[in-house]
Amino acid sequence: MSGHSTYEPKTGIERWLDTRLPIIRFGVDLGDFPTPKNLNYWWTFGAILGVCLVTQIVTGIILAMHYVPNATLAFDSVEHIMRDVNYGWLIRYIHANGAAMMFLAVYIHMFRGLYYGSYKAPREVLWLLGMVIYLLMVITAFMGYVLPWGQMSFWAATVITNILGSLPVVGPPITTWLWGGFAVDDPTLNRFFSLHYLLPFVIAGVVVLHIWALHVPGNNNPTGVNVKSEADTVPFHPYYTIKDAFGAGVFLILFAAFVFYNPDGMGHADNYVPANPLVTPAHIVPEWYLLPYYAMLRAVPNKLLGVLTMFGAIGVLFVLPWLDRSKVRSMRYRPTARIFLALFLLTCLVLGWCGAHEPDAAVIPGVGPGFVLVDYGINTDVWLSRLGTLLYFAYLIPVQLFLPLFETPLPVPESISTPVLSHPASVPAGATSAPEKKG
Amino acid sequence: MLRKAFAIAAALGLAAAAQASLAATTQATPKDVHWSFEGPFGRFDQEQLQRGYKVYHDVCSSCHAMHLMSYRNLGQVGGPFYDPKYPNPNDNPYVKAIVQDYKVADIDSDTGDVIHRPATTADAFVSPFANDAAARASNGGSLPPDLSLIIKAREDGARYVYSILTGYQPAPAGLTVPANRYYDPYMPGDMTSFWHGAGPAPTGGFIAMPLQLTPNRVTFDDHVMATPDQEAKDVVAFLAWASEPHQSERKQLGFAVMIYLVIFTGLLYASYRRIWRKVAH
Ligand code: HEC
Ligand code: HEM
Repeated sequence: MSGHSTYEPKTGIERWLDTRLPIIRFGVDLGDFPTPKNLNYWWTFGAILGVCLVTQIVTGIILAMHYVPNATLAFDSVEHIMRDVNYGWLIRYIHANGAAMMFLAVYIHMFRGLYYGSYKAPREVLWLLGMVIYLLMVITAFMGYVLPWGQMSFWAATVITNILGSLPVVGPPITTWLWGGFAVDDPTLNRFFSLHYLLPFVIAGVVVLHIWALHVPGNNNPTGVNVKSEADTVPFHPYYTIKDAFGAGVFLILFAAFVFYNPDGMGHADNYVPANPLVTPAHIVPEWYLLPYYAMLRAVPNKLLGVLTMFGAIGVLFVLPWLDRSKVRSMRYRPTARIFLALFLLTCLVLGWCGAHEPDAAVIPGVGPGFVLVDYGINTDVWLSRLGTLLYFAYLIPVQLFLPLFETPLPVPESISTPVLSHPASVPAGATSAPEKKG
Repeated sequence: MLRKAFAIAAALGLAAAAQASLAATTQATPKDVHWSFEGPFGRFDQEQLQRGYKVYHDVCSSCHAMHLMSYRNLGQVGGPFYDPKYPNPNDNPYVKAIVQDYKVADIDSDTGDVIHRPATTADAFVSPFANDAAARASNGGSLPPDLSLIIKAREDGARYVYSILTGYQPAPAGLTVPANRYYDPYMPGDMTSFWHGAGPAPTGGFIAMPLQLTPNRVTFDDHVMATPDQEAKDVVAFLAWASEPHQSERKQLGFAVMIYLVIFTGLLYASYRRIWRKVAH
């Protein structure tokens, strides 16, 4: 994949294998892959995601050995895992918190891409594959959440499948097909389990393509400047294997803090109440990593438009490489764009906050809903969600299209090694011709 | 230190984001009780678990099932009757004695008749009612929920259940209390349609369970005074243990894992610095 190969088979058997299945060469080339030497810790999240994916698959396979996908038995089978299976509690808590940790990692990974312009040419396909992975992760996580068959599982499944039903023409048949009947019930649980087992392997497949697509253009880097010479790079192994391992270690400490000391902190108490189609929980909320979409869905008064807005929020990220008109990759050299990205991050967090609260909840507590605009007072969650939704799309479409026409980027270094020797912050702008030394 | 880590995570909007607000339903904030089993080093007090089991057995078990619990669980590591002399909880004399009071519905394998055989330590707790309909019929139409997971199934469960049990109050004048219902400010509810007094409707809701914990409702074997407060604390400790029987083990293992991870990550960092020391970056 990386072009030239430094591998020289030494023994007879290696030579024999190399002309039939050059798998050792493949591994050695991966290790030798020339990688920019200035990648910072934000670049460790790709490896962290790999660790997460493997963790989810391994713990998931063990859980499936004890889990029973049956509407009357599922809830108790999960409790059987928690109580009677040796270290079942540990495996389940790792899997449940692992999903949330993986979303934390993927959001950081994606914002890294946004900040350093990693989605721009020639990495569009890499970004598209990443988006496919993200979409599959959302579907997988949603289906996994349904499996314990608690109250939140059941009602989340009911709300989401009904939402899909509002799509014109295809909606109702999709809903019936997902249900396997006329409501969320045993057949729904069974097919969700089947798909929940399948999709992580599909994700693993797309990750292989993702890494292939990474290895054709090679990594982007914090400067956004293309690799110019070998002096700009180090071999992936051992330089980045060790850096990624360290990053993963720090990540695992946070992960373990949740698993061992607050394992239900990201969950909802209602999901320890068995599913009951006759009792609707007071508040149906998705897991935190999907809250922004939930806020957007509820921001739009029309159900169909709400669904389209929600899908549009993901969809627009797919076309981002073609919306962004700026030629400068890294926001290190785009101070104005940096402010907009910070506001976009804030918008996403505010939308998440909105998704967790009732539409009529007061945003500023104690001052009442305020002047009623159309349907709700202006000091309500719903109006904040509407503002948030607007800003979300504003950042991803008009700002991407038009900001580059008005902004003046800072001078971009000529090569990676230039600012490596003298950090840009400490050098007068334009001092890109500092003597180049070999690193 | 961990608390701080959690606070940071919460500030990032991760853990706290799922917290929902309440609309028309109101509920008093649970009483501020502190438990021996809270926090990263929290442990259950075995004597308290024994008293708590006694309260459950003598009082609650006439209405509430705990179908996820088996008698053997009472004698397992961390349980109320665990004794290191009996690593197999099925041999534990306390557990064997408890089981003698129960009969379990079964099928006679020779005749196929429905019989009631003596319970074994491996059996699940015998439920007070044959089914939900029977449970409702005996409780004025309300279903006493299974208590196996009750502490996890409620927000801030231990404080909440403690507050419910000790929170019964005479209904304020102007509040119409339906038959077979009792006023408890800690129970979530919407009182507006029952309120005829001045000002806003009182906080809380009605509960279909009559007041249970009265002075000397049980006699504790360790001569601890059976005040309602003590009974409530003890039964909540027992229910908290039953909701997650492996939680002490979880925290113990967690401590070892954290130390391991911190050392391991430190070594990775040292290796990282060493490997990169010749590269300007
Ligand atoms: C006489 C029967 C009876 C006894 C004895 C009894 N309960 Fe209840 N309990 C009920 C009923 C009925 C409900 C349902 C209340 C409702 O839905 O309003 C209930 C509800 C509860 C709830 C759930 C409150 C909620 O949030 O939904 C808890 C917790 C509870 N009981 C704990 C206990 C404990 C602990 C004991 C023993 C000290 C006990 N109960 C003894 C009948 C009983
Ligand atoms: C299971 C999920 C995923 C895994 C395992 C994964 C894995 C990786 C790995 C190992 C890398 C190289 C190291 C790095 O740059 O961090 C990478 C790079 C990248 N990923 Fe992902 N990824 C995942 C999801 C995503 C998603 C959802 C997106 C965004 C849509 C995405 C976008 C990118 C981009 C743009 C790069 C190139 C970064 C650069 O070189 O600057 N990835 N990914």
